[in-house]
Amino acid sequence: MAIDLYRIDDRLIHGQVVVGWGQPLNLGFIVLVDDEVAGSEWEQELYRMGVPPEMDVYFATPEDASRQLEQWCADQRPGILLTGDIETMRRLIELSPSIRTVNLGGIHHRSGRTLKLRYVYLSPQEEEALRALERSGVAVTAQDVPSARAVPLDDVLRGEAER
Amino acid sequence: MSEGAPVAIVAAHGDLAAGFVSAVQQITGRGELFLPMSNSGLGAAEIERAILDVVDTRGIGVIFTDLPAGSCTIAARRVIAARPHVVLVTGASLPLLLDFMSHEELAPAEAAAHAVDRAVRSLTTVPGAPRGH
Repeated sequence: MAIDLYRIDDRLIHGQVVVGWGQPLNLGFIVLVDDEVAGSEWEQELYRMGVPPEMDVYFATPEDASRQLEQWCADQRPGILLTGDIETMRRLIELSPSIRTVNLGGIHHRSGRTLKLRYVYLSPQEEEALRALERSGVAVTAQDVPSARAVPLDDVLRGEAER
Repeated sequence: MSEGAPVAIVAAHGDLAAGFVSAVQQITGRGELFLPMSNSGLGAAEIERAILDVVDTRGIGVIFTDLPAGSCTIAARRVIAARPHVVLVTGASLPLLLDFMSHEELAPAEAAAHAVDRAVRSLTTVPGAPRGH
């Protein structure tokens, strides 16, 4: 399978993805799944700008991504698939049940969310959405960079992983 | 550039921006020209909001960021789309910032362009060689 990481990260393409994960994985491509970005040339150029020229970036809605997932998975190069929020990943997995792992890479503070990890804040609704993913057989862990420990969802939700 | 007032933001990962400003202060005593910002613990929207707020309230004309693909740069690109008078410079380094602040006679955008040229030329490799007599 050529997509090594299915990651939820509200910064989408940024340093941790391109350099932090990109170099050790020798990334060949990034799939950015987001309705707004998929519908805007300006947004796509914004994210494409800083990515090394040898790395492809594909933009898709969850529906488009589901249709193209098999093709990306057959790619010989390692890839990362990104969504900016839990709901977009949930929609994609609903359409593509072959996705069995999800990485929480960065869900930052905003109103209604509480601290779970240094880089993961969740609202009660988001907690329940992640629990529902696990109940459906998807392994959810939090890991911001490759050198960090992958924290299982139960530990994330207890908020005890860094205490 | 106005005496004593910050004219540029340095936005970077971790404590890098504060380190840059500290180094400028140590070398020149003019660290006050730069406002350091970190992306630590912030989502994309929060970084953009923080930069925009400082641009608007402090009259900032130049934003320096570190990684071209980093979240600070992405946020700064959104800010300059909303505030086209502001210049963004990526790949911040100490030679870049020192040259920028040493051209106070120039408008901030001109000083930024001058500093980029100097910073590029400051990147050199120095091959090892036996010590001469």
